[in-house]
Amino acid sequence: MRQFISLLFIAAALSGVSGVSSVMATASDGIASSSAGPAMPVTVPDTMAERVKPCTVCHGQADRVGRDAYYPRIAGKPEGYLFNQLRDFRDGRRYYRPMTLLLANVSDEYLREMAAYFSALRQPYPPPEQVISSPTEIRQAQKLIQQGDATRDIPACIECHGKQLMGTAPFIPGLLGLPRIYIAAQFGAWKNGGVMRGQESNCMSDIARQLTIKETNAVAAWLAAQPVPENAEPADVLSPEMVQRCGSIVQRSADR
Amino acid sequence: MKIAVVATAVAVLAGIGLSPEIAGATSPKKQAKVERNATPLSSVLLQQRQARGAYLARAGNCIGCHTAQGGRAYAGGRKLSTPFGTFVTSNITPDKATGIGDWNEDDFWKALHEGKSRDGRLLYPAFPYTEYTKITREDSDAIFAHLRALEPVVQQNPPSQVASRYDFQPLLTLWRAAYFKPGVYQADPTKSTEWNRGAYLVQGLGHCSACHAERNPLGGMIGRKGDDKLGGGQIMGSNWYAPSLTSSLEASTAGWPVEEIVQLLTTGISPRATTSGPMAEVVSQSLQHLTKEDARAVAIYLKSLPETQSHQQVNPPAQAEQLQAWLRYGARIYKEHCQDCHGDSGQGAPGIYPPLAGNRSVTLTPPTNVIRSVLNGGYPPSTSGNPRPYGMPPFAQVLRDGEVALVLSYIRNAWGNRASLVTTAQVDKSREGITER
Repeated sequence: MRQFISLLFIAAALSGVSGVSSVMATASDGIASSSAGPAMPVTVPDTMAERVKPCTVCHGQADRVGRDAYYPRIAGKPEGYLFNQLRDFRDGRRYYRPMTLLLANVSDEYLREMAAYFSALRQPYPPPEQVISSPTEIRQAQKLIQQGDATRDIPACIECHGKQLMGTAPFIPGLLGLPRIYIAAQFGAWKNGGVMRGQESNCMSDIARQLTIKETNAVAAWLAAQPVPENAEPADVLSPEMVQRCGSIVQRSADR
Repeated sequence: MKIAVVATAVAVLAGIGLSPEIAGATSPKKQAKVERNATPLSSVLLQQRQARGAYLARAGNCIGCHTAQGGRAYAGGRKLSTPFGTFVTSNITPDKATGIGDWNEDDFWKALHEGKSRDGRLLYPAFPYTEYTKITREDSDAIFAHLRALEPVVQQNPPSQVASRYDFQPLLTLWRAAYFKPGVYQADPTKSTEWNRGAYLVQGLGHCSACHAERNPLGGMIGRKGDDKLGGGQIMGSNWYAPSLTSSLEASTAGWPVEEIVQLLTTGISPRATTSGPMAEVVSQSLQHLTKEDARAVAIYLKSLPETQSHQQVNPPAQAEQLQAWLRYGARIYKEHCQDCHGDSGQGAPGIYPPLAGNRSVTLTPPTNVIRSVLNGGYPPSTSGNPRPYGMPPFAQVLRDGEVALVLSYIRNAWGNRASLVTTAQVDKSREGITER
């Protein structure tokens, strides 16, 4: 590759010598051939699948680790959740520059349509991760997930993310079928306020800050090791108490 | 958004032609507002003026700079980085403490027309008064009336960070002497009304030359012929090149049907070209809202601009055998990643996926924009004429710099295209730009 590159430089420098190019321009060979007459325009299907190609280049059937970031699968996530993420990326409230650049000047209506498309997309989940946790870690994780810790004002995960941990429509995402590293990274982002800048601090940020690294790692490991239940669907009702506490997440769709 | 609704409502009301008697029965609050004006206006006239101002403010895309990303409209706070420092745009909502609630029409006119703030301080030309000076007093007053009618937003923005060597008002006086000529647009009697309207919008309110002009190291515009300051240039503080609107090698529309120019400006996409980057933003926030008449006037003016030579030297490579081998490698990358949408002959799907064969934004001499398009991808703006655009995937995460250089070198020299090769270093430099606007 390096050789290619240095040769490209030389070629670029050579081409600066005037006169060479005009002669050569006529001697184009196979590469520049377009002698078969004007080509027919490409046929483009009028579908959402075609329209979201810019998304699916990174967000495929499975979560994927890329060169710069982690690309989670987005199929089947709750519609309101996806819409909120798209809008927050576009407007810089959730910070990841490539998403901001990709979505600049896309209307709310269109983002909603994209969210609905991915939300309705059914793709098989990957098998659970083989994670080795100690019995103490497993107990710790299960307690936080099922009961929370009232002494530190940490609600049980299932209160918002559903008894099956598959989320609550339309705003709360599921926690199963996600890799351990992704869940751990999200905890980190919540602690640092990077998932949703400017959100009122009453919900996930506060909860994440209450948890120790050991706890978040234990929870992430346990969640990643669970299989996704057959025909898993998000729960449909959130308790009024959590609606109030997490208003910044669940009430924002109507704010514009 | 709310503003647009209000503006529409006002426009509808104005259309009904409420009688002055009804206008007299207005709330005390509104009357107070009327009295503040030098010449008291009836409420209907005021509403008409505000509606016109809302339209003109859109045409001038005030909201574009005076709104931070994800922030409240017109409350300022957007950072514009230039070689002279980082300018933070001001809050132009009518809040008294943090906005322009204490300003009157004359103050506003002074800013637009003379580039002076209310306190007499000279403004930095990051605020494009070099173009806004061409705006008529009537239009200035209308825009001001619109801004006065906005909901005041309390938002104190951080001060601009002007580099110390430029933070000196007498320097601005000198700069102005060299590069600023105040004066309202003067119609050219030899041209049609439509052409003159287009010229007024392009040169003044639309401030197209703020981007589409080459700047000298002092930030002054290098005009080629008289007032034709649209010869293309690097957009200050950004990694985008605004192509020349007067060179047929770049983005001149002299050879286009007027309808296609209108289509590009108002929907963001046309058979021959697609807007991206800063221009997509301008279409989205401003140009798509132009009336048919104004969009056509702009198109007619742009189409009429006399051809000027591109500043950029076209530098196509010699087709040596070794080079052919590299380009074939680029062709393989093209086949794998690009051909599905852009076609095996770069023909694309006009109006959906832009053709690459004969596409001037692909062959522009500085390859900045086309590199960015490949690295960042993006959607053309959602507009009422094209609400669900098809998009370009970002390849920064998929292709390495050397691969981007090869595939672009190929595209720039295939199907009759002839342009300089793209180097890995150029691609690498563009990646840095991903962190900026």
